[in-house]
Amino acid sequence: MPTTLKYQEKDLKLVGTRPPRPDGVDKVTGRARFGADYNLPGQLIGKVLRSPHAHARIKSIDTAAALALPGVKAVVTRDDFAEMPDEMAAVGELMINFRDVTRNMMAREKALYDGHPVAAVAAVSESVARAALALIKVEFEVLPHVIDVVEAMQPGAPLLHEDQFTVGVKPKPERPSNIAKRLEFGRGDVAAGFAQAEVIVEREFNTKPVHQGYIEPQACLASYSADGQAELWTSTQGHFVFRAQCAKVLQMEVSKIRVTPTEIGGGFGGKNNIYNEALAIALSRKSNRPVKMVMTREEVFRGTGPTPGANVKVKLGCTRDGRITAAQAELNFQAGAFPGSPVNQASMCAFTRYDLANVQVVGNDVTVNRPKVAAYRAPGAPIAVFGVESVVDEMAKKLGIDPIEFRLKNAAKEGTQTYYGPRLGPIGYIQTLEAARAHAHYRAPLGPNQGRGVATGFWFNIGNETTCALNLQEDGTLTLMLGTIDVAGGSRAAMAMMVAEELGIEFERVRPVVGDTAALGFNFLTAGSRSTFASGMASVIAARQVIEKLRARVAKIREVPLEAVAWKDGQARPAEGGGAQFAPMTLAEIAKMAGKTGGTIAGHAEINAQGAGPGFGTHIVDVEVDRETGWIRILRYTVVQDVGKAIHPAYVEGQLQGGAAQGIGWALNEEYFYGDDGVLQNPGFLDYRMPVASDLPYIDTVIVEVPNPNHPYGVRGCGEVPIIAPMAAIANAVENAIGLRLFAQPFSPPRVLKAIEDAAAARD
Amino acid sequence: MSRNHVSTTVNGDRVEFLCETGQTLLEALRDELRLTGTKEGCGTGDCGACSVTVDGRLVCACLMLAVEAEGKAIQTIEGMAAGEALHPLQKKFIEHAALQCGICTPGILIAARALLERNPDPSESEVRYWLAGNLCRCTGYHKIVDAVLDAAREMRGA
Repeated sequence: MPTTLKYQEKDLKLVGTRPPRPDGVDKVTGRARFGADYNLPGQLIGKVLRSPHAHARIKSIDTAAALALPGVKAVVTRDDFAEMPDEMAAVGELMINFRDVTRNMMAREKALYDGHPVAAVAAVSESVARAALALIKVEFEVLPHVIDVVEAMQPGAPLLHEDQFTVGVKPKPERPSNIAKRLEFGRGDVAAGFAQAEVIVEREFNTKPVHQGYIEPQACLASYSADGQAELWTSTQGHFVFRAQCAKVLQMEVSKIRVTPTEIGGGFGGKNNIYNEALAIALSRKSNRPVKMVMTREEVFRGTGPTPGANVKVKLGCTRDGRITAAQAELNFQAGAFPGSPVNQASMCAFTRYDLANVQVVGNDVTVNRPKVAAYRAPGAPIAVFGVESVVDEMAKKLGIDPIEFRLKNAAKEGTQTYYGPRLGPIGYIQTLEAARAHAHYRAPLGPNQGRGVATGFWFNIGNETTCALNLQEDGTLTLMLGTIDVAGGSRAAMAMMVAEELGIEFERVRPVVGDTAALGFNFLTAGSRSTFASGMASVIAARQVIEKLRARVAKIREVPLEAVAWKDGQARPAEGGGAQFAPMTLAEIAKMAGKTGGTIAGHAEINAQGAGPGFGTHIVDVEVDRETGWIRILRYTVVQDVGKAIHPAYVEGQLQGGAAQGIGWALNEEYFYGDDGVLQNPGFLDYRMPVASDLPYIDTVIVEVPNPNHPYGVRGCGEVPIIAPMAAIANAVENAIGLRLFAQPFSPPRVLKAIEDAAAARD
Repeated sequence: MSRNHVSTTVNGDRVEFLCETGQTLLEALRDELRLTGTKEGCGTGDCGACSVTVDGRLVCACLMLAVEAEGKAIQTIEGMAAGEALHPLQKKFIEHAALQCGICTPGILIAARALLERNPDPSESEVRYWLAGNLCRCTGYHKIVDAVLDAAREMRGA
């Protein structure tokens, strides 16, 4: 069987409709089991002791008093985990430095951020575990810290890693630096491009880290048996990747760890990496009891990955008639305590919406005394695009060109050479711009202090390693065993719809489930908007295998040649011109006889899906600015996005709405406050203010469908693109409302008010 | 540590449990009674994932001590459907795709039911402000608001 399938246009019965999701009833009745909902007989409760310092050498850890407390069954510290070499290792297609993974889950030489784990205990109850934490004595030598990216880049800044020399600079620097890596992308000659320019805009922007804000804190349950086998239940975006990470840091064989993914209460990239999982297995190994570990919200904020804060410089050159001649950016990204910010992806996304001859993007990956950053929906792209789309907007205004018209003049299209590598295939960027321009929203009247903003976003989308199994059951129903986590978007429904469409049967007859790590071969994470593309492709391959086996079985049962059997509408029928007549057989009839005519029928796929289609979106937002308080109200919001094909349009709309809402929160309010001591001051939802229902209007969606040629139904990933444009779109809307351009996120009332007052003072 | 004996009513059933004095109602529901449909998102009353009603009043179960449940009548998500028959809000949430990951859904359903008991014909704005204590990070609230308004319509027989 092929491992890749091309797009074929065909009449669809099910794909494109809106059946109820198979996980719906369990989720509305409280029956769905999330990470913290699993329990085992005899389980202990595990808790983590975290560093109260932003940067400190750990001189000693004394656990004797904690261990002596009745009810405490195990304590682990850095001494319980092996040193991992400084080398990048592959987990699927993800490269990870296990030296950093093991240090992030449990500090070794130094605590590198407020909240960095330094010890963990397992005890008979939550209260005993908490009491034990208080009895662990850690001797810290507090060191100077740095949390701001620009400060961290200066020579003489406090160093997180004394052995870190900037990669990507030649010759190798003589002194260590917090700049872990410098990278550069480009094409053409930017100096020549700026020389051709008649108008140049150059601006600098700053953003704060924001958290993914999933409502379910990380939670897991581990059980290690004396025979060396471990089971783990955890809330994860990729149980195979978690298994690989745990196996490596615990020095276990991969097959000895079985990971069952629970329902996941939101992830958005934040549940791509292990935190407590390996600690729980280690505590279980030491105590010989199952160990459950659930983070508090405070721990989630202090200990798990935000997206980076950043400093962004953008320079754009243009001719008077609106053609961009050169584009340049410098992106300085916080990586947190260990290298690995998404500055790479952000660099590639910065300008890829445009067809440019001369581009240069320089990125710096900078370690600071904050939690190690994790992915967050289109990692890095919203930050770069805030800068670029703000400058694009300012340029359009300077030239007196409508902002959508300006983008159309420079838009990337099929055949555009990117500055990071590939030439773009069929894409729908122009279609989203045209649909936005034609939308009633774009022409709606505005009142005083109100303004409209436009911005656009691009995300690559990915494919990667994927497996699945489709089993025909004896009554003619099917179970679809998937290896990619349904992170919320309804991918289980989408996969079952594609399988039912292929087989010509009702949606309800395909039961999709996500299997554990023993049920299937390796699957990469649900990340990069890949699941409905890659797992969908695998599901279609498996369905077509099942159809081939059904045809062969019917040929055998009816004693006709294979060519004489066609599959249509859930039945084996005589093929037109096949030369043989026989009574059609339904799926149920074949299934009933399958066992006695050669065995049960199943399909399976093990692929590395290639050819993910890039996604593009255009957002329109109307805001009203209260000049007396600095409060920005979102009046109206429209997301236009090319999704290739919406398998389940309601769930696609949900992605566009949810992504936009996260982008609005990022723009308007979300921010970490650190004290001078480097300690996080707002580790809770009261002071880390995410959007609530009354903050938002309805979010209108326009689904554009330019099929991806590399997927049987034309699917492109759609989950990440919608978070990219909101920050820039809102900034552009504010500029149009009150003539004030915002250069620093978040645009919260005190900051906007100060910007208004500063601008007024500058005028006086 | 000595534990307290509590007798209460949950979803119409008389139940008893033992709890530590410092334990919250949320912990008692989840860990002692194994009613895990009520979720913990923050433990500080900011996210609404643990919304339940106590004698008809909408509360965050994480902000109430378990011992305070003595003699009270508690309603949780597990009691919302009548057997197999889903509550109109539950049906509309599925129909309108008003849930994604589903972790906030039990709390939002409990809160929405409390709204419709008090105000059977809320405006969009009233729904948004009533649910402002319930965080959802997946949906942007659009389909949640639609589902609540549609359920209200159906329950009014309009």
